[in-house]
Amino acid sequence: MEVFLVNLIAATFRVSTPIVLAAIGETYSERAGILNLGIEGIMYFGAFVGFLIADKSGSLWLGLLMAILSGIVFGLLMGFFTVTLGVNQHVSGLGITLLHTGLTLFTFRLFYGGRSTPPSIPSFQTLNILQNNPILGPILSQYWLTYLTFLVIVPLAWWILYRTNFGLKIRSVGENPEAVDAAGISVPAVRYAALAIGGGLMAAGGAFLSLFQLGAFTHGIISGRGWVAIAIVIFGNWHPVRVMLGGLIFGGTFALQLRLQAMGLQLPVPYETFLALPYVVTIIALVIAGRNASYPAALLKPYRRE
Amino acid sequence: MFIVEMQSITKRFGDLIANDHVNFELQKGEVHALLGENGAGKTTLMRILYGLYHPDSGVIKVKEQPVVIHSPKDAIHLGIGMVTQHFALVPPLTVAENVVLGYQNSFVLDQNQIEESVTEAARRFGLEINPKAIVRHLSVGQRQRVEILKALYRNAEILILDEPTAVLIPQEVEALFETLNRLKQEGLSVIFISHKLHEVTQITDRVTVLRDGKVVGTVNTADVTQKELAAMMVGRETFGVTRSKATSETAAQKPMLELINLCANDDKNLPVLKNISLTVFEGEILGIAGVGGNGQKELAETICGVRQPTAGSIRVDGRDVTGKSPSELTQSGLGRIPEDRHEGMVVHLSVTDNLVLEHLDEFTRNGVLDHKAIRQYASELIQKFQIKAKPNDITRTLSGGNMQKVLLARVLARQPKVIIAPQPTRGLDIGATDYVRQQLLEQRQRGAAILLISEDLDEILALSDRIAVIYEGEIVGTLPAAEATPERLGLLMSGAVKEH
Repeated sequence: MEVFLVNLIAATFRVSTPIVLAAIGETYSERAGILNLGIEGIMYFGAFVGFLIADKSGSLWLGLLMAILSGIVFGLLMGFFTVTLGVNQHVSGLGITLLHTGLTLFTFRLFYGGRSTPPSIPSFQTLNILQNNPILGPILSQYWLTYLTFLVIVPLAWWILYRTNFGLKIRSVGENPEAVDAAGISVPAVRYAALAIGGGLMAAGGAFLSLFQLGAFTHGIISGRGWVAIAIVIFGNWHPVRVMLGGLIFGGTFALQLRLQAMGLQLPVPYETFLALPYVVTIIALVIAGRNASYPAALLKPYRRE
Repeated sequence: MFIVEMQSITKRFGDLIANDHVNFELQKGEVHALLGENGAGKTTLMRILYGLYHPDSGVIKVKEQPVVIHSPKDAIHLGIGMVTQHFALVPPLTVAENVVLGYQNSFVLDQNQIEESVTEAARRFGLEINPKAIVRHLSVGQRQRVEILKALYRNAEILILDEPTAVLIPQEVEALFETLNRLKQEGLSVIFISHKLHEVTQITDRVTVLRDGKVVGTVNTADVTQKELAAMMVGRETFGVTRSKATSETAAQKPMLELINLCANDDKNLPVLKNISLTVFEGEILGIAGVGGNGQKELAETICGVRQPTAGSIRVDGRDVTGKSPSELTQSGLGRIPEDRHEGMVVHLSVTDNLVLEHLDEFTRNGVLDHKAIRQYASELIQKFQIKAKPNDITRTLSGGNMQKVLLARVLARQPKVIIAPQPTRGLDIGATDYVRQQLLEQRQRGAAILLISEDLDEILALSDRIAVIYEGEIVGTLPAAEATPERLGLLMSGAVKEH
């Protein structure tokens, strides 16, 4: 039982990392008033670009860097559509996701052809801290990006949003862009900045899967994690720390169902029921938390001076 | 010395000339009114000064230096602050955060430091406010104070106030005027946009009157009467509507709208209308007077089928229509002028679309809209009701008065037997108000039964043949207009007495 729990906790942090990274990225975007539905595609492309560059250059670090860069570029593209052109955010976001899915599959074919087993590379290794402690050892045996996510990126997001003037501008532009404009601040500049940060984090979340956890790229590598991240942002009421908790709840149930499946219990329900568990939990959590959700007031609204 | 000079400013929006060679001069330390009806170009001119619009031609000088104002940032730099009609505040943030937004260069936001500096500024300008308060929790008057503080915190020497009293209660207006007078003593120059004559004469030193985008003239407030200002504003001398004697004071009065023991609940499911019985006769205006929030809104909604009655019945022209849907009610001859103009139409659609919105069925052939017939019908209405707009203009871009004309045209073109008019002139300027009232009187002349619900006692007295007073969801008295004095109505409206 003890081993089970220890492994479960360890897995929870690992599984949550990409979701939390993407959800924090989405939090930046939505706090600035842009719902970035490109999240799924940006994660997918990030996972692929990271893998491709790492594979061809032999440098995992370069792969990760290029993945983040791709996320920033496509965050800015989302900005071009929604901020500069004022296109509907749902349409542009879904467009970006579709574009990336197609682009990724196409490029994958170009480089790797139609092979049956996915290509793999040696991935980043976990840090081994307090290895000999039977409880803390496995729990602390995590990738450095997991540490960075929970110890730096989440607290930093909170600090930036609530304790800096830049964060004040992001929060304001998502609530009432007229006020920001009247205060002599460029609304587009703030929104572009938030989308660039958000895109970078989303792509990092995707690259975590290919460069850390799997060391491989498969077609179903993201499989809806981006959409889950969007739900988690609502669950977390656009607050980085609560968003992180939402990510952990999802990661926890995901890790739990994997273990329940592996235990091979003879249950009267098919194993797909376990697969659905994290999503069911997400939906329930969302229904409960969503009722009191206080959406950024200017979310989805393009800003134009009348 | 002129602190601001705007010379020959012209601004077009498409075919519309919003500002036509406008000259405007602001002296240091004066309160200067920009007076004009809705759509006269007052706000446009000030949005140009604040950098939100760019003029097509003309010169702006601030402190005798020619300047080009690209954005609010430039305006703030030049010492110009603007308080818009819809406050530019971020409701979930604190007062202090709102005040410093965009005015700090440091990366870190030090809550204690900004709260201190905002408190200090609030004290200096005599605008006491708690810097930690969340703006969402503040009253409208307090929010306005935050807006003024925000401008002054940015060292504004020129303050533009766009219809600052429109949203305030009388006590708050008093407080605002005190503040302005004090700030004026300290050298602040104020531009006060308004269409309310008594306020303009009360607070300002000079007045510039705009009409149809042109300057009619600039005068010293002390030298003119309200009547003269009004004449400048609308371009004619007389106001008000004249009411002829009731058309059918003969015995053959036919009841067109009958409410019998009508009851309804409010949104919280509490009784809000209590046994309301009223009859409106052919060719009659029945005014419902009362202090706002005593069931007026619910009464209109219940009669129009938007809210279901819990008891009682409604008859139109002798037929029971209780519980019918709004469209069935329209069919049976009921016309409703919606209380909220923005709720009554789809502001993102064109004027044409809005004009036919309620009876699309009649313009449909084989399930397809007959655009030719729609266009023709809309053009006729636009002409007949003197709507200052083109058929394809998006309704959102119209002034309040013109929006109301679109609504009137839509309802009145049907020649309804019964007209429900809740607050038909709220927020309209003098010209548009007169127009709406005139239209209602014409409908009465035609023989329509009109239920006029208004919180404006002058309006009730000017238009009604009989007056009923509503208090806490009950009709506490019904008087013929000849017997109704403001004092007597006031007593009824306050709930002090009942007359049956």
